[in-house]
Amino acid sequence: MKYELPLQLVVQGILLGGVYGLIAVGLSLIFGVMGVINFAHGPMMVLGMYIAYGILVLLGLDPYVSLLLVAGALFILGYLVQATVVNRILDFPEAMQVLPLVATGLIIENAVLLGFGPDPRSPRTALGLATLHLGPVMIDVSRLLAFALAVLITGLVFLFLKYSDVGKSIRAAADNRVGALLVGIRVDRVNNFSFGVGAATTGAAGALLLPLMATSPHLGHDFTMTAFVVVILGGLGSLPGALVGGLILGVAESVSTLVVPATMKQVVSFGLLVAIMLFKPQGLFGGKA
Amino acid sequence: MKRLYVILGSALVVLLLLPLVLDKYLLGIFVMIFFYAYLGQSWNLLTGYTGHISLGHALYVGIGAYTSTYLAMNHNISPWIGMWVGGLLAMLVGLVIGFLGFRFGLRGVYFVILTISFAEISRLVVSHIPSLGGFAGIFLDFKPSFWNFQFRGNVAYYYLSLGFMVASVAVARLLELSRAGRFMVAVREDEDAAEALGVNAFKYSMIGIALSAFMTSLGGTFYANYIFYINPNSVLGMGLSIELILRPIIGGMGTALGPVLGSFLLTPLSEISRAYLARGGLEGLHLILYGVLAILVVLFMREGILVYLKKAIGPLLRLEP
Repeated sequence: MKYELPLQLVVQGILLGGVYGLIAVGLSLIFGVMGVINFAHGPMMVLGMYIAYGILVLLGLDPYVSLLLVAGALFILGYLVQATVVNRILDFPEAMQVLPLVATGLIIENAVLLGFGPDPRSPRTALGLATLHLGPVMIDVSRLLAFALAVLITGLVFLFLKYSDVGKSIRAAADNRVGALLVGIRVDRVNNFSFGVGAATTGAAGALLLPLMATSPHLGHDFTMTAFVVVILGGLGSLPGALVGGLILGVAESVSTLVVPATMKQVVSFGLLVAIMLFKPQGLFGGKA
Repeated sequence: MKRLYVILGSALVVLLLLPLVLDKYLLGIFVMIFFYAYLGQSWNLLTGYTGHISLGHALYVGIGAYTSTYLAMNHNISPWIGMWVGGLLAMLVGLVIGFLGFRFGLRGVYFVILTISFAEISRLVVSHIPSLGGFAGIFLDFKPSFWNFQFRGNVAYYYLSLGFMVASVAVARLLELSRAGRFMVAVREDEDAAEALGVNAFKYSMIGIALSAFMTSLGGTFYANYIFYINPNSVLGMGLSIELILRPIIGGMGTALGPVLGSFLLTPLSEISRAYLARGGLEGLHLILYGVLAILVVLFMREGILVYLKKAIGPLLRLEP
């Protein structure tokens, strides 16, 4: 039947889109609070992938379990990057904020290359090949799990920002830095913490992607751009926008493989990105930009 | 200032005489120093002077490399001519990107993303064009002759790349002294204020990107005919875009000599790491080092090393500031 393939692609797109959303939530959070674009976001995700890989090989822990360790490691990294570098560049002209983060990405990318070598790895995980059949649609269990966990983590980040004290001070600092300083919030610590959370979510996304695609140290830039497309789609700084943007992009990329070769699907997302930046820079759902 | 010209002139004479004493390998390192200084300078003309950060300059390198190579292989047109065709094409593409960016007000990070997007789209599209070699790229046939832009040994490449670098420094210096150059710097310092004073920011940004794209593309033709192998990742990839901006950042953006200084400092590092460290499984180490240096420079010497060097040794040489 004719609708099966498109339906299958839409489902796959939605599932992958959830993970895109999780990557983008981190980027959006970092932008929302600090006003900088984390150009090291993709490399951080790749680092997360490799840490999960290392844990899998050394300790035999599945990525769904090691997720927490990966997120913890990336949280520390993000915290340190913010504390040592990004806090110092917040008052720089926007242009000069780009370079240190690009350089940070370069360092992470090549550290991964140094540590793990250039060859792609696709480790076998416990649920790697399991599938479910839902009527005409076939679903990889690892994709479904990645989607469910990604949405769950995104939800937890929302709740954390909405109800916890730290979350409230993060939102306060994002809303008005001077005002937050005035009421006694340690904005530099809030910044460190936010960057940590942003890095942790992208690291967790990396762990979730490990069973789904072969790793390579050089995947990073693609994912930085993917996250950026998602965030622009949903509106910079808007967290629900990031999740919805992720789903849209996931489906758009997946369905586009009906007409263009799979290796060209990013042309679709970059095209989308340029069009939205030019004609609707505030994003589809209106963000801060 | 005159003293500085005398010093630079004598340095140039030394560089002109070097091939008499250096072997092929060392000459090759100098070729890379000059080549990256040239690419860095070309990028510097846009980003250093107008302040619009491009992270997609590999696009123009790729246009130059692919255009001249395609014309040479399929129509037997000399790269000496193809180089200018590629340059004009790159200029055109630069103007389109510039128009979209500057007319639609994509500033700062948005402009960065725009340039990356165009470079990545081109990389992916070229990867799917069979007549351009697809993913695998193109191996150039080695037919040494002046007409073919191909030479035995490194001496000819040495003088060619030296010529490229010196010409690019001259262009940057002339730009600095010109009205257009001063307007560009005004746009970089404060676009709104410059506009308020009657500077046509759009026009001078467009001049900057056109010049920069054109010159970068000429470097692409040189690269293709020096390395003899091009593929979408090597000449259109994000890696090259990042690599080529590091030298001017570390040396000093917005200065005519910064990219040259940066290249003399950094390029030997990458050659050493390629020669000694990569064998020990330490490839990529030099890029980590570059990244650390770039961060330190942005944090602590925002104007680049050149400015501090001038302050330190300027008085010794009795240079005027």
